[in-house]
Amino acid sequence: MTLTTTDVLLEATGVSKTYGAVVALKSASLAVRPGEVHALMGANGAGKSTLVKILTGAIHPDTGRIAVRGREREVHSPAEARRGGLVSVYQEPALIPDLDIRDNLRLTQTPLEPFRHWTNELGLEGLDLSSMARRVPLASLRIIDLARALAIEPDVLMLDEMTAALPANLTERVLEVIGRQRGGDRSVIFISHRMIEIAAVCDRATVLREGETVGVVDVTAGSEEQIVELMLGQSVASMTAVSDRAASRQVAADATPRITARGLAHGTKLQDASFELYPGEVLGVVALEGQGQDELFDILAGSERPAGGELLIDGSPVAFHHPADAIRAGLVYVAADRAEALLMQRSVRENIALPFSARIGRWGPINLGKERTVVDGAIETLQIDTRAKGEVRRLSGGNQQKVTIARWVAGGVRTMLCFDPTRGIDIRTKQQVYVLLRDLAEAGAAVLLYTSELKEVQLVCDRAIVIFGGRVVAELDVADADEPALLRAAYNLRSDAMMPEHVAAETVALTAEVGVAGSAEPSFPETTEPSASETPGPGIPEPEDAR
Amino acid sequence: MTATTGSLGGSRSRPTDAVMDWLRHNAWTLGLVAFLVLLLAFTKAIQPSYGPPGIQGLASAVLPLALAAVGQAIVVISGGIDLSIGSIMALTSVVSAALMKTYPDLAIAIVIGVLVLGIVIGAVNGGLVVVTRVPDIVVTLAMSFVWAGCALLVLKTPGGAAAVWLKDLVKGPILVEWLPRAAVVMVVLVAVIWIPLRRTRLGLSIYAIGSNQLAAFRSGVAVGRTKISAYAVMGLFAALGGLSLTASTGIGSPVPGGYTLQSVAAIVLGGVSLAGGRGGVFGPIVAVIILQLIRSDMTFLNVNTNLATVANGVILIGVVMFGSLIQMRRARA
Repeated sequence: MTLTTTDVLLEATGVSKTYGAVVALKSASLAVRPGEVHALMGANGAGKSTLVKILTGAIHPDTGRIAVRGREREVHSPAEARRGGLVSVYQEPALIPDLDIRDNLRLTQTPLEPFRHWTNELGLEGLDLSSMARRVPLASLRIIDLARALAIEPDVLMLDEMTAALPANLTERVLEVIGRQRGGDRSVIFISHRMIEIAAVCDRATVLREGETVGVVDVTAGSEEQIVELMLGQSVASMTAVSDRAASRQVAADATPRITARGLAHGTKLQDASFELYPGEVLGVVALEGQGQDELFDILAGSERPAGGELLIDGSPVAFHHPADAIRAGLVYVAADRAEALLMQRSVRENIALPFSARIGRWGPINLGKERTVVDGAIETLQIDTRAKGEVRRLSGGNQQKVTIARWVAGGVRTMLCFDPTRGIDIRTKQQVYVLLRDLAEAGAAVLLYTSELKEVQLVCDRAIVIFGGRVVAELDVADADEPALLRAAYNLRSDAMMPEHVAAETVALTAEVGVAGSAEPSFPETTEPSASETPGPGIPEPEDAR
Repeated sequence: MTATTGSLGGSRSRPTDAVMDWLRHNAWTLGLVAFLVLLLAFTKAIQPSYGPPGIQGLASAVLPLALAAVGQAIVVISGGIDLSIGSIMALTSVVSAALMKTYPDLAIAIVIGVLVLGIVIGAVNGGLVVVTRVPDIVVTLAMSFVWAGCALLVLKTPGGAAAVWLKDLVKGPILVEWLPRAAVVMVVLVAVIWIPLRRTRLGLSIYAIGSNQLAAFRSGVAVGRTKISAYAVMGLFAALGGLSLTASTGIGSPVPGGYTLQSVAAIVLGGVSLAGGRGGVFGPIVAVIILQLIRSDMTFLNVNTNLATVANGVILIGVVMFGSLIQMRRARA
């Protein structure tokens, strides 16, 4: 290494960002040397994406200093960051679907010759520049995004989960090209959930935990263990474990499971999910993002139909055609994204009454007296602050989430499917949600809880299953489901620290499958024509916006 | 977002809070009513002879558009929009006028039949929107030509007749000379159809799909069926509007008036969000009266009627802009 490596190309110190009561970044710092590939690591919600967005000017930090080549600068917009040499490739393709590739390049003033050079380098030879972006397969779009970023020769290139949607052969080319950036005077910030990729291309890794930079590690053989430890930190639960009273609970051997899933499959993300959920238990579901858990919950909630497999409720097979069917069978869904679940401009009463009325309702008038009793009861149980009850959007995030839960508790719940219900809500409300879930289980309900906060598993769950690559790859008893064990299982690592060669290969194979899966979002039927790049993915996923 | 976690005991609302809540929730409609009162005072000031006949004339002139606005409001609240409402009114109007001329004795059956026709037409519009997944605005624009063409097939030129009792229903005062019959008809229709509907599961579902279709779907609401129902109710009100046209003119006219776009203007002025999910039917009714009254005031002031149309447009933009400014300030506070 030459002397220049001690210089710092990009330095961020004391960066913080809060959204209302939620702290996204507490105090993050990052120093990137010229010519290195720098990994940004952290569990879900640690603040990686927030930090990248701040560096590229997409959002503004509350505090903090960002300096490029020693000169402090404020970045107000992505365009400004781009001019300053900071370019990011995000998780989602950033091309305008209704323009052809050439116009898309013109839009960002990307020079054509270098772009051609990079697409060839990245294994996308013979790309037709006049094809509409929406007709190009997702994997190719990711490559185009990357080539477009490389073509303007940025000082710092940020790649946020860019390999997640790529098949194995393209991932290899991308890693190779990124690896070749090392040693020059440009740098790459690399975010990936796959340890193998980190180990393959990165020089150093900055680890974030709960919005703070907790360490910088030189990536060498065996440093994975160190990184995982840093990501977890002293995971002493600052919250009282709610599940103490449940830890000892035994499910009777002959009990009928409330839900039996056998080989459920959907699209290409959910491959083969099998598990049982018993009455009276909280079953945790742990997975990295995009491993098929969204599809699994959609199937259970009746929003999607499985392509394969079998679903049994209380021992008898069912086929849900509409969420109303699932609700009738006692399966109710609590979403993480409250904007997806609530009528934001309507009142607390209407929001709670909606599914309740839909369930008991015939087309006659709603029994207002009864409705009020039930709604008031639910508000009481969940301690919802109703000072702003006229419009739900005026409530705090925590209270909004309570409303989404209250609507199901109001009608008496048998099976609750919670998809990351505590995402982005304050700690006190979280605690209340935990207690409520335990209470429900105690009262005989079955709760399926997907969580992106690993420590929640030991706080509320009786068991946990881990999904990787669309399959249930592990089942852990709550006693063994500490964060290191869950994280290892979620990365599909074996519990021994070093990965033997053949296991590593297996992991690559699995992630590759996931990669292909990522490119097969629901899309336009006309986009399935085969493309030159041999990647089977159809096109740009259209957001499933029902409106 | 200042409200954080639950305050246990203090969440019970006292009666005064309930009143304040109600006021806040209906602020827009109440503001419109206040504006209307001012406008009436202004009318009386510039035209001292304005009295019961003026009010009656206002009520009968307003009735068709007010009914159209109620129908439009319901569809827009459900997240759609209907651009064929004027054509539906024309079609139902000529059908009722033509039939009543041929079968004067069957007037009541004809009225009921025409209302059913309105519901069916509305359901067809809604059904096409749901089944084809073509945007509402395109489907209903296309259907506006279909229904207008059907109206011309029924009657080539204005004609037909209306039963005497039907004509009397929207003419003159009732009980006291200040109370126009047409206004009572309007109030009764809304009270009999919309208010009970609002209290049913369908009413809640209409607001739900307009507010957040995904959330409504996940909560077990049958989105398609609700949408079709909203359009059917719109069709019912459009048919009532068509009948009121026949009643007030005594004949049926196959040419749609400007009711479609005027109804959209009225609901926007009446506080219904074009994005769906927000608003009611009372605001639009008041808005229709305001727009009509401004028009007559212009006549009293001897302003060119074309200029009055311009003024209506300016007022629409001004009021809606004023409303969103208030909302923006409230959101920032």
